Amino acid sequence: MDVVSQLQKQFIDFSSSLYREGYVDDQFSQLHKLQDESSPDFVVEVASLFFDDAEKLINSMARALEQPCVDFKQVDSHVHQLKGSSSSIGALRVKNVCIAFRSFCDAQNREGCMRCLQQVSHEYTMLKSKLQTLFRMEQQILAAGGSVPLE
Amino acid sequence: MATVAECSKELHVLAVDDSYVDRKLIERLLQISSCKVTAVESGTRALQYLGLDGEQSNVGFDALKVNLIITDYTMPGMTGYELLKKIKESSVFREVPVVIMSSEDVLTQIDSCLEEGAEEYIVKPVKLSDVKRLKDHIMRGEPQANGKSGLLKRKLIDDIQASSVPLSFSSSVACDLESSQLPSSLSSPNCPFKRPKLL
Repeated sequence: MDVVSQLQKQFIDFSSSLYREGYVDDQFSQLHKLQDESSPDFVVEVASLFFDDAEKLINSMARALEQPCVDFKQVDSHVHQLKGSSSSIGALRVKNVCIAFRSFCDAQNREGCMRCLQQVSHEYTMLKSKLQTLFRMEQQILAAGGSVPLE
Repeated sequence: MATVAECSKELHVLAVDDSYVDRKLIERLLQISSCKVTAVESGTRALQYLGLDGEQSNVGFDALKVNLIITDYTMPGMTGYELLKKIKESSVFREVPVVIMSSEDVLTQIDSCLEEGAEEYIVKPVKLSDVKRLKDHIMRGEPQANGKSGLLKRKLIDDIQASSVPLSFSSSVACDLESSQLPSSLSSPNCPFKRPKLL
């Protein structure tokens, strides 16, 4: 198998695994429909915005939960925002943790919130790493003169 | 075959969302659907753009050509609902269709937006098919207030509220006349929406 075909196969396998393992859902593939010659880096750009947004929100949640008197409405507001942006980008696992997280905020359960914070942070880190790998694979295919396979 | 008038009419959309990610997404969705987009991050900024902020500023020439306003519901400061009300109070902009987007599929929220004159309520994440359908709807010039589509949306909400079956909802409530019928089964493929969640 030539280099390009090999890279393409690895890309397809890796991309499929992201969907199969629930890291991303259909919304992530919807983003690819919005990428074309006039906006060739759209998916990477949105992902970058998401990474910045998520990191900021997770830090805010952590700070709010560290307070001696936790403002659960504030925490919930941050979680709601993260749930929104993760849903928009198709970050399924992150979104699902946010859903559980909101229940703990409603119940004003600090321990539950702390657990969710840890979980959401973990899921976010995993997703970021996976997506960066995916984007790197795309670059490698393009650099080798190939084209990135669509769904 | 589109008429000359349709071809030359480019929708100018004012998009309002406090989320960076969602703003970029809606902007791109609209651009790829051949709309001109002005995206702002708050209701306050939207009112400023439209010249409705109470400052004695003249409304910009561009703002006068806004054909559609699409806004997030949950925003800090002014909510999408409050923005909708302000727009409907304006003699200049009250005829401009306003679409609400939200991640929440709460029936009472949907209902109050439609009651206040929202053209449609789209549940996030917004997809290309939502924008395409919306654009077709707007280009056909179907007004919500008097048109049958408004009455039909009202009826659908009533029927859904009357239903005792727990439902789940993942897409836009509003459908235009051609595609709307009250779904008899959850798996109806032609119905553009699934059932709303009753709270």
